[in-house]
Amino acid sequence: MYEKHLMICGATGCLSSGSAKVQQALEDELAKRGLKEKFRLVMSGCPGFCEVGPIIVIYPDEVFYCRLKPGDIPELVEKHLLGGEVIERLLYKGPDVDAPARFYDTIPFYQKQKFNVLHNSGIIDPENIDEYIMRGGYRAFSRALKMEPMEVINEVKKSGLRGRGGAGFPTGLKWEFTYRAAGDKKYVVCNADEGDPGAFMDRSILEGDPHAVLEGMLIAARAIGSDEGYIYCRAEYPLAIKRLKTAIAQAEEYGLVGENILGYGVNFKFNIKEGAGAFVCGEETALLASIEGKRGMPRPRPPFPANSGLWGKPTCINNVETYANIPLIVREGGVEEYVKIGTEGSKGTKVFALAGKIRNTGLCEVPMGITLREIIFDIGGGIKGGREFKAVQAGGPSGGCIPAEQLDLPVDYDSLTQAGAIMGSGGLVVMDDRTCMVDLARYFLSFTQKESCGKCIPCREGTKRMLEILERITEGRGEPDDLDRLQELASSIKDSALCGLGQTCPNPVLSTIRYFRHEYEEHINEKFCRAGVCKPLFEYTIDPELCNGCTRCARICPVKAISGERKETHVIDPEICTRCGSCVERCRQEAIKVTPVRREADVSH
Amino acid sequence: MSAIKLTIDGRPVEVEPGTTILEAARKLGIDIPTFCHDPELAPNGACRICVVEVERARALVASCCAPVAPDMVVHTESERVVKARKAILRLILANHPLDCITCEKTGQCKLQDYCYRYGISESDFEGEVKELPLDDTNPFYIRDMNKCILCGRCVGRCQEINGAGAIDFIGRGFSTIVGPAFGDPIEESSCVFCGMCVDVCPVGALIPKAGVGKGRPWEVEKVKTICPYCGTGCSIYLHVKDGRIIGASPDFEGPVNRGHLCSKGRFGWDFVHSEERLTRPLIKKDGVFVEASWDEALDLVAEKVRDLLNRYGPDSLMGLSSAKTSNEDNYLFQKLMRSLGTNNVDHCARL
Amino acid sequence: MTNSIGEIPGAGAILIIGSNTSETHPVISYRVREAVQNGAALIVADPRVTEMAKLADYHLRLRPGTDVALLNGLMHIIIAEDLLDVDFIEKRTEGFEKLKEKVAEYTPERVSEITGVAVSDLRAAARAYAAAESAAILYTMGITQHTTGTDNVLSVANLAMLTGNMGKPSAGVNPLRGQNNVQGACDMGALPNVYTGYQKVGDPQVQEKFSKAWGVPLSDKPGLTVTKSMDAIFDGRIKGMLIMGENPILSEANANHAGEALERLEFLVVQDIFMTETAAYADVVLPAASYAEQLGSYTNTERRVQLSCPAVPPPGEARADWEILTDLAKRLGLDWSYSGSEAIFNEMASLTPSYAGMSYSRLADEKSLQWPCPDSKHPGTPYLHVGKFSRGLGQFTPVDYKPPAELPDGEYPFVLSTGRHIFHYHTGTMTRRSVPLEQHRPEEFVEIHPEDAAKLGLAEGDPAQISSRRGEVVARVTLTERVKPGHVFMTFHYHEAAANLLTNDALCPVAATPEFKVCAVNVRKAG
Repeated sequence: MYEKHLMICGATGCLSSGSAKVQQALEDELAKRGLKEKFRLVMSGCPGFCEVGPIIVIYPDEVFYCRLKPGDIPELVEKHLLGGEVIERLLYKGPDVDAPARFYDTIPFYQKQKFNVLHNSGIIDPENIDEYIMRGGYRAFSRALKMEPMEVINEVKKSGLRGRGGAGFPTGLKWEFTYRAAGDKKYVVCNADEGDPGAFMDRSILEGDPHAVLEGMLIAARAIGSDEGYIYCRAEYPLAIKRLKTAIAQAEEYGLVGENILGYGVNFKFNIKEGAGAFVCGEETALLASIEGKRGMPRPRPPFPANSGLWGKPTCINNVETYANIPLIVREGGVEEYVKIGTEGSKGTKVFALAGKIRNTGLCEVPMGITLREIIFDIGGGIKGGREFKAVQAGGPSGGCIPAEQLDLPVDYDSLTQAGAIMGSGGLVVMDDRTCMVDLARYFLSFTQKESCGKCIPCREGTKRMLEILERITEGRGEPDDLDRLQELASSIKDSALCGLGQTCPNPVLSTIRYFRHEYEEHINEKFCRAGVCKPLFEYTIDPELCNGCTRCARICPVKAISGERKETHVIDPEICTRCGSCVERCRQEAIKVTPVRREADVSH
Repeated sequence: MSAIKLTIDGRPVEVEPGTTILEAARKLGIDIPTFCHDPELAPNGACRICVVEVERARALVASCCAPVAPDMVVHTESERVVKARKAILRLILANHPLDCITCEKTGQCKLQDYCYRYGISESDFEGEVKELPLDDTNPFYIRDMNKCILCGRCVGRCQEINGAGAIDFIGRGFSTIVGPAFGDPIEESSCVFCGMCVDVCPVGALIPKAGVGKGRPWEVEKVKTICPYCGTGCSIYLHVKDGRIIGASPDFEGPVNRGHLCSKGRFGWDFVHSEERLTRPLIKKDGVFVEASWDEALDLVAEKVRDLLNRYGPDSLMGLSSAKTSNEDNYLFQKLMRSLGTNNVDHCARL
Repeated sequence: MTNSIGEIPGAGAILIIGSNTSETHPVISYRVREAVQNGAALIVADPRVTEMAKLADYHLRLRPGTDVALLNGLMHIIIAEDLLDVDFIEKRTEGFEKLKEKVAEYTPERVSEITGVAVSDLRAAARAYAAAESAAILYTMGITQHTTGTDNVLSVANLAMLTGNMGKPSAGVNPLRGQNNVQGACDMGALPNVYTGYQKVGDPQVQEKFSKAWGVPLSDKPGLTVTKSMDAIFDGRIKGMLIMGENPILSEANANHAGEALERLEFLVVQDIFMTETAAYADVVLPAASYAEQLGSYTNTERRVQLSCPAVPPPGEARADWEILTDLAKRLGLDWSYSGSEAIFNEMASLTPSYAGMSYSRLADEKSLQWPCPDSKHPGTPYLHVGKFSRGLGQFTPVDYKPPAELPDGEYPFVLSTGRHIFHYHTGTMTRRSVPLEQHRPEEFVEIHPEDAAKLGLAEGDPAQISSRRGEVVARVTLTERVKPGHVFMTFHYHEAAANLLTNDALCPVAATPEFKVCAVNVRKAG
């Protein structure tokens, strides 16, 4: 028996802030002192608060240590594990707490969260099936095995669960279509090709609670009558893949996967397909093509995968988080509990990844209907460095930005769509006053253009031309009718592109024009970037007070835009200057000033 | 299942379930433009030029892939549709050479036809254009990927019908092109030069080499022949100008080949104009062939045959007919041998 | 073919045996691919890893010349596992018990021993073929070009009848014929024993019909086959030869023998479009029009008759074959006068029951017609033997496996098979004069397994000398696992490396087809 359980976050976020070294140090320290039998060390899933990683949570003491370094370990062992003393300096501290917070219940980041899908994450050892089972795992599957397929489907329908991958299609309905589709062979596919920049919800679920996803898929298989499943996971998620493989092997060992499952005469086999990192493979038909060994390109729907999916067979495809919701719904009394959370049209919780200029970056799970303000300010702790909130990009490259005026928008599928964004898979990228909205649109469009599969003309050629216009605007070469051009192109693409990704990729442009039109106009008419981001719009000048005439700047300038005699004040010719910034780095006097300049509107065009 | 009733451009039509909007419209004689549609291939939906407006649908619908539904109301040339088609054409033109004056495809180029139809003469988008080298490393056809609009019909034909799988889409986004793996020249790929890609290319991206500079599509007479090679019996149009064959194309209504061909049928017709063709009868004199008139030659043959008949009887003659010539020729040949009194007639059926 | 090309995509299973379909009949291979896409099981029996073998669910990589054993083995399994069509056998066939007795000897283990195909593959293939609602067999020269060619064909027919795969769509026994009009040439009676439509020369009624129609007395004695005629030249029976559009020098097995034979003739006339290797031996060469220069009908492998139109005038003084033949006939005192090919077709149709309902106007209007087409209202026949075979009951013919005539030994340790590749055709008379085809594949490459090549010190592209008891050629090698060790493959397209200088002129005793698919050769590094 262990005296204490030490859950060290082994998810990718904490690994990148050094949790592996901390874990090694702890391992060594315990070994050195002969304490390995006394204290159990577990690489757990993600508790969400990546901003303050690496994190160790100690049970049963209920102590949350954060920002750990290997050097903290001897003290932790000596004082806490052996001495029973809580080390205050390693507890969570921040502007949002008066005193160091000891555990989840007093850390503001966790206050408004509702752990449903993530209820095991950070609590159990994701590589140990027993811990999952002890927390009620696989009971929903076992119950489903005793139910008729339509009974299972009706429960999912009753729960109001909508797809967590982006579009929010009712999951139960999708299952029913697949169930009713003609065919002996059917597939269950899990879309774990999370590709939105800044999104890592699915990765955390897979790393923290892989069995929940397997169980969800097994229940889906039971409901639609399938004996084979694929998990399409990006190869950039090696830890998730490893944990999935371990989980599948354990489930096989326990007779939950394989032939004649639990004696019910049903079979199921899991396959893992590693994706090669194409964004478009998150689109379901492209994903299926990729599993088939073809180039990942979307195909027209109908037929929908429910009728003709993988190798032309009826296929139920859902994303990771959707499947992870299933055991909570199908367990005894699950639906009744489930529908209590959320809004009329959006039931349950949603996991969001908080990124960008937010103070508390990380992962949070919130009940549907919570406002954006609560997520960003109460959970996220507001804007980094106390700057001003400008907008939040919801839904990744397919989504849109939402400005400060809309912060009290409730987070549900329909409200977000009305505001010009989408729920998407749950990425929230927060922007402050130093984010240029034109540059933001340009960034997302360059992403979609690079990731366009190239199949349909509106997406392949249209996003290229939109991107070129945006590049022109951010380089100070915008023309007055560029906004019309952008909007016209955007509407054509939305109206005629082949797949969901193509149809939604103009959203970042349209929503920034909708809410930040003035910024576009400033760029075009006054060659001015208020956020100070669009380099070519800056003016580079030398402060004669500070310049000592060392000539370093003139020598580094690649276009010979700087002139001046030695020991005399230098001058930059704005006509020649390319605003590359080399001189700024070179100057020891900090004499070179970079200032966004508002020019008079040029009406000669 | 019962027929589905729908309305297209205000006209009612009844079709079988599973029919696409495009097929239903064609039944009414409504011409919806298409680049990528190929009835022989799995639905593709890439080019989007065939979009139509379906009442109550969120976005425009690609008519080549979308099945009809009961009581559907479709508009094939509404303002919204025309706007989208024009946008697509402008986007294509922005990245397509405008060398129609010398382009081999002029006159049978779908891009030209649709730009004419929708009044698009140039693109107002200025930006990057593809600048890819020509691939003319093979003796059969030229690949000009600058003209390719990536409709994907060539890829589909290569993968789904031929099975060679020599080409696919490579690259992403704007840099997407069609080509062999790793950007190799087609000559070094698994291409078997069936030319089916060439025959379905809607623009001038794939041009058979043999016809370059030899004639415009409207100057060509297409004559239906049966392929002279294997026993499949593919129906092929030979393209003729001024008494010379300058190209060939498959008969898309061919009862056997349905528009499909192989390298020999598609490209192997030029032996007809070989310099080595026999043009005059030849008589061997002292071991050397000497040109002769038909009368001289045939008189000599008749005389020799009569002589052998007289000296050795009809069974001293043997006739080899041909599996390459027509039924009529074979019929006459065996009739000739048998009329001379022998059944010694055969051909190379076994070889 | 008993069935039609267009029916192939509807088959539930397809057995391709001895056919490199994607290279010899590419467009038919597209239909096979379509069938596979529709879910058909594909079984390919071929010693080489052809493209079709790669596509196959089951590739039975048998040793060259062991087809009878393989087919008997498949039938053994079908009978043992009770997968046969009892109803069809009872109602439509005779001789089943004898077949059963014979194939009982061919246990999977024994067949595996002979053919080199694993027992499990034999079983899987037999089951897949027998399980299909309709299963089609496609074969080409890999079946016929053996001393056991006729036995092979009989075995194929046994298999199809055993499973009731005759007389219905998407099934049958389907030889894919190699030349554009080889079917037509046979139909037209360019065979030593039959007139048009396979009417026997020995049948007095037939003889009388043709004699009356042609106004000449006719012989009832079957003539010589082309293969036997070469020997007949040597023993002095044949003195003169008329050849129209054939190149036996390159196409005959043991080509040296054929060349010597032609030299011995007192008179040889060749009518062709090029100065072929054969024409060079002629006393008189007559320039003919090509297919693109004359109107005529052609009959494809599925008995489909189609018209081909003249596109260009013949070069110089070249003339249509029918004109040349008519002129010659007149000079030989025959009363021939034809206004054109249509008149010839009409005369032929009037004498040929299976073509009786065809005419140029129907062929133009309906695009094509498949025989039998007995009257002008008949739509043609896509598949044969519905309800009954031409002889009545289908005859099962038990056949025993016999090894090929010449097997490898110490002196000639390799098996050579010959065939075609996709870019050239037959003896190359046409394709080698096609600029793009010739540029693309200007020379022979002998396929040899890398292990064999390594032993012989041959690298990719090295010239090798291939020799047999009959002759030798030099050609470059390509190292490929398409062939097994001990097996080499050549095409007969290239006169520079004429494979038929090597091949064995041992004949199938019934069909007189030479054994092109198996002869013993030696390979060594050249020069």
